[in-house]
Amino acid sequence: MAIEVDHVSKRFGDFVALENVSITVGDGALTALLGPSGSGKSTLLRIIAGLERPDSGEVVIGGEDVTQAPARTRGVGFVFQHYAPFKHMTVHDNVAFGLSVRKRPKDEIRGRVEELLGLVRLDGLAGRYPSQLSGGQLQRMALARALAVQPQVLLLDEPFGALDAQVRAELREWLRRLHEEIHVTTIFVTHDQEEAMEVAEQIVVMNRGRIEQAGAPRELYESPSNEFVMSFIGPVNRLGDAFVRPHDIQILAESDGTGTEALIERVVHLGFEVRVELKLHDGRELWAQVTREVANELELREGQILSVRLPAPRVFAS
Amino acid sequence: MLGKGLLGIYLTVLVLLPIAALLAKSSTGGLNAFWREISNPEAVAAIKLTLIASVIVVVINAVFGTIIAWVLVRDEFPGKSVVNALIDLPFALPTIVAGVVLLALYGKDSPLGIDVAFTRAAVGLALLFVTLPFVVRSVQPVLLELDLAMEEAAASLGASPATVLRRIVLPTLAPAIISGVALSFARAVGEFGSLVLITGNLPFKTEAGSVYIFGQIQNENLAAAAAVSVVLLFAALLVLALLTFFLRRRSRHVL
Repeated sequence: MAIEVDHVSKRFGDFVALENVSITVGDGALTALLGPSGSGKSTLLRIIAGLERPDSGEVVIGGEDVTQAPARTRGVGFVFQHYAPFKHMTVHDNVAFGLSVRKRPKDEIRGRVEELLGLVRLDGLAGRYPSQLSGGQLQRMALARALAVQPQVLLLDEPFGALDAQVRAELREWLRRLHEEIHVTTIFVTHDQEEAMEVAEQIVVMNRGRIEQAGAPRELYESPSNEFVMSFIGPVNRLGDAFVRPHDIQILAESDGTGTEALIERVVHLGFEVRVELKLHDGRELWAQVTREVANELELREGQILSVRLPAPRVFAS
Repeated sequence: MLGKGLLGIYLTVLVLLPIAALLAKSSTGGLNAFWREISNPEAVAAIKLTLIASVIVVVINAVFGTIIAWVLVRDEFPGKSVVNALIDLPFALPTIVAGVVLLALYGKDSPLGIDVAFTRAAVGLALLFVTLPFVVRSVQPVLLELDLAMEEAAASLGASPATVLRRIVLPTLAPAIISGVALSFARAVGEFGSLVLITGNLPFKTEAGSVYIFGQIQNENLAAAAAVSVVLLFAALLVLALLTFFLRRRSRHVL
């Protein structure tokens, strides 16, 4: 189901959480709401779910205006940041909850729960209680619980935020594949640009209750429409009002007179990538990203003075 | 080790020795004498009144204590902190004073026109007053800690507010409600001060177990007093044990 958020505003006391926000999410799309904390991304997600009411504006799901509809009638699956497990119920009963509320026959519930636990790879853990599961398992249980009622829309609030790095990477990959399999319209909230770039088909960048830019990951990276998006998505060097991507800085083998003189202050080897911290002759500092081969070839080392070529810097009208 | 030893001495002096003395006293005349004392019709009536009134009172407490805790945690209203402080009043007030106040308010000169003095309703009223804080104070902290997201999750899965209450909130609060109920029950069974004035202590009608015991002590019938005490003591212990058992099973996975 397509989702349309139309001119939505929301305040909490004096705090403006959302100001005149509009987004459109196509049927079956996988979208990330990306922004720093306090940018309003979670509030927007909660408004779509019906867990908050907007002060003004409309929410339309599948062509139907649901602005005033309570959460329970929206057909939205919601996965909470800390999973919100029903602690007094087994994994089976957690996943079965939505179905038992809908008074489905017992056999059907059992079959469906089994199928879902297989899908989220929790087979055999149906009898456990949430306190006996790891963070990653709780996350997948919460997902199965949300999917059990075959929601038209799946919303995930910081789905990987509370997990350690390795489990995160695994779950990201898995979420993307799951989305390919079941194709439910999905929106997830994250403050991690890498996560958004890796998982989402469309990214909505938010800041201070407004939308800065929406588009495909590549589009945002290559043509950011403002300073905020430029510096939030991907690494960046700031030179006064101008911005330069570290991998666009070229380190020259020999000075040919076209480059700028620079002193290497530090060389950091990060595996394939090498980060070279530079000080330009006019005192400005920036860093360049080069591959291991380039660093080896040029025998980069601290204290070396060499020539760099800066790309045309990007400047945004403020 | 030292801690355990100290605890042992402390509990022995304060709890075990008095109970042992009570048991010894109640069994001085042998089992027959004990049985005679507790099958005395007046004693039976007093014990029955205490136990039945206590059960009714804790059921009411379970419901209203939970509602009060809910309102105090979830709702905002002017004077909330004052109301919150008032809940502890029955703890702070000497129970005999509570009895005087209740008699003045709900006695024959009641300014409210409600006269329950010397009736069984007065027993319930006095017990409700002194046991009010238990359920409220045990449920309140659990409600404060209750994850709102759990209720939101249930709602987003299609549960109506009533279903959320029945299947999510109440089961989560159950251990706290039960432990409040257990304490209320133990307190109600032993309550004396607030009952003695307002109930009139009419044998077979409004005389509670504790008041009967007091009467027997005054008549120097210590064996009868001790025997009835033992019955009330074991009734309270039994209820505490049963509820604790139930609590353990319920809260195993929640805490």
